[in-house]
Amino acid sequence: MEIFIKEKRYRVPFKSVTLLKALYHIKSYQDQSLTFESNCRSGVCGACAVRINGREALACSTKIKSGDKIEPLKYHKVLKDLKVERVEKDRLKNSTAWLKEYREVEVTPKDVELTERQSDCILCSSCYSACPVLEVNPNFIGPFALTKAYRYILDTRENSIKSTIDNIQSNGIWDCTLCGECSAVCPQNIDPKMDILKLRGEASKFGYLDPNFMNLSFNSYNI
Amino acid sequence: MIDVLIIGSGGAGLTAGLSAKEQDLEVLIVGKNHATSSQTTMAQGGINSALGNITPDSIELHIKDTMKSAHGLCDINMIKRVCQNGPDTIEWLDRLGVPFNRTKDNKIAQRGLGGASSKRACYAQDYTGLKILHTLYDSCLRENIQIEDDYFLLNLIVEDKIVKGATFFNIKTGEVEQILAKKIVIATGGYGAIYKNYTTNATNSTGDGIASVLRAGGKVSDMEFIQFHPTALKHSSILISESARGEGGYLVNSKGERFIDELLPRDVVARAIYNQIHTLHQDVFLDLRHLGREKLLKLMPQEVHLSKIHEGIDPADELIPIKPVAHYTMGGIDVNSNLEVNGLKNCYAIGECSNAKIHGANRLGGNSLLEIISLGRFVAKELSKDLRDYSVSDIHLKRDTEYIESIFNRDSFSKNFYQLEANLGEKFYKYAGIKRENSQLNLLLDKIEDMKLSINDIGIVDKSREHNSNLIDFLQFLNLLDIGEIIVKSAIKRDESRGAHYKIGYPKEDSRYLGNFLFWRENGEIKSQFRGVK
Repeated sequence: MEIFIKEKRYRVPFKSVTLLKALYHIKSYQDQSLTFESNCRSGVCGACAVRINGREALACSTKIKSGDKIEPLKYHKVLKDLKVERVEKDRLKNSTAWLKEYREVEVTPKDVELTERQSDCILCSSCYSACPVLEVNPNFIGPFALTKAYRYILDTRENSIKSTIDNIQSNGIWDCTLCGECSAVCPQNIDPKMDILKLRGEASKFGYLDPNFMNLSFNSYNI
Repeated sequence: MIDVLIIGSGGAGLTAGLSAKEQDLEVLIVGKNHATSSQTTMAQGGINSALGNITPDSIELHIKDTMKSAHGLCDINMIKRVCQNGPDTIEWLDRLGVPFNRTKDNKIAQRGLGGASSKRACYAQDYTGLKILHTLYDSCLRENIQIEDDYFLLNLIVEDKIVKGATFFNIKTGEVEQILAKKIVIATGGYGAIYKNYTTNATNSTGDGIASVLRAGGKVSDMEFIQFHPTALKHSSILISESARGEGGYLVNSKGERFIDELLPRDVVARAIYNQIHTLHQDVFLDLRHLGREKLLKLMPQEVHLSKIHEGIDPADELIPIKPVAHYTMGGIDVNSNLEVNGLKNCYAIGECSNAKIHGANRLGGNSLLEIISLGRFVAKELSKDLRDYSVSDIHLKRDTEYIESIFNRDSFSKNFYQLEANLGEKFYKYAGIKRENSQLNLLLDKIEDMKLSINDIGIVDKSREHNSNLIDFLQFLNLLDIGEIIVKSAIKRDESRGAHYKIGYPKEDSRYLGNFLFWRENGEIKSQFRGVK
């Protein structure tokens, strides 16, 4: 079959193969300069996310077909070929997604279940690449950093929810359009859109209101 | 000069970084990959601690099980330290926010793993390593610990046996840099990648730290001890977790016959499968069909997904073709009880790259995560002692810059090192794998020596400076060659079978070999020594 990597055509001698295996083959035997990232080969290290025909996917967990077009993730600076500059460190620092103040509390199985899906995140950045908000607002914190923030807000051991809520107001939960593209591409079946919606609910408990709604009412009133 | 340089940003490195910060030390963590893409993410089963939350347990039992599995090649005091630290380790992780599963009465849940006399492994679904690593990472961000990706370790900077820093190839800029520090921690992971295409390990588990210690004159030990996991997918070597057998999966051959108690220790099951494949010329399969689709999807959705993607089969309806492959490297950098590298000062090794004599001849599931966290915390206390600045010659940086230049300038080579690496992986699997024989090991050693002699016949095609993964692959391959030579030499010396090391013609443990083979380099020559277990 043949595939296109950033518009360059490569032939690979496989009928059925994961993209990662094809990339290894190309690098070993056809083009040693081809640059991409990978490590675990089994969908947990989050290193090999790319776009296949415009859709985010993990190279190690996705089979390709002839004619597929492979591109690097969007909204990341492309360093070389499919390798991009990672954004997770900055974004997680923006959303301050960590346990801030531990409190001694009995944790129930239900409490753990609350954060089970969110804590499955492998930081592959697929959701970030799929998010159309970043097209218009490069400062948007993005889906995974908000999901991670929600994971710690839900954690019953956290004694300081408010500061996290404060930190995700600007370029955060209210900037999301709730289009659901992030949830559609997540290889771990996490649903950042729903997490962001729930974060809005949490924020309202601390007196925050949807700034878009406020603008809208204000405009309507003027008319 | 910063206080502490940690090389490697997996679970061990991040733990050491966090703990050093708790001691108010200035810390820099560097790694060749992103912190959250390290091998630690792949640990599924759990982290051992004798909490006794499910079944009665005690620290003594944990120590006993670990010692039994080590087959004598252990330091009892190290095992005691790690096992005794188990409960405290879990509490520390819990306080950072690791989402451990809970029991009905709100205790941390624990599951049984092979070789454990109680349900001892604390877990977070099948993502224990992933969730621990990400929580450590989040905590490092909270503490504002500097973590730099894309730093590939070249050499330790050693003067008068004192390690004063290390040189790195900065993958982003394409320049050689040196980082100086009062204390250095190596946490660079294992060397399973030498079994290329025959290992469950991440492709970057190339033992870079171990190779750097060898080049620096430090010692390594027990390098021949490599654990093979019985059930990896046949064509991709992707791991199918032990839980598949734990839940009642069968192992069958081409005739559909079961041939072994599936729940025996990993080394025994791996050898039984090896016999079926290589002696009886059978294919071997994992049969999960009788468990039913519903149960499979509920209990092991990851395994179902991986079988579909990598083998093109649905485990609910079809047999899963498997083979045993390399899974964990017990040997590594020889360290003393303070985790300081044997033969070097101011330099420590933790995690899979280190041989702290806990796992010995065979590692127990759940003990490696315990080791990386408990000893990652322990080492921080050592780091704060006797901190001082050193003067350092610029000769190291100059030498390594020239070395990298020489690789870039090498044009007339005829061999493809990727092909050699694949070839080496296959040969290691065949000749230094589950069953070993001296004549074959000697042939393999010849092969490695041939490769080393013709090193000028390989090189890099990509000459770009920035983000040159071709160069990194090449340097990793050179590291694997150095390590491979020691693995084989050590395996040749051990004329017995003990734990994961099985030698044809010597099927039993021999008390004369109750000890570690140490290897180091001196004046360009490889030296070795046998050290009996005290």
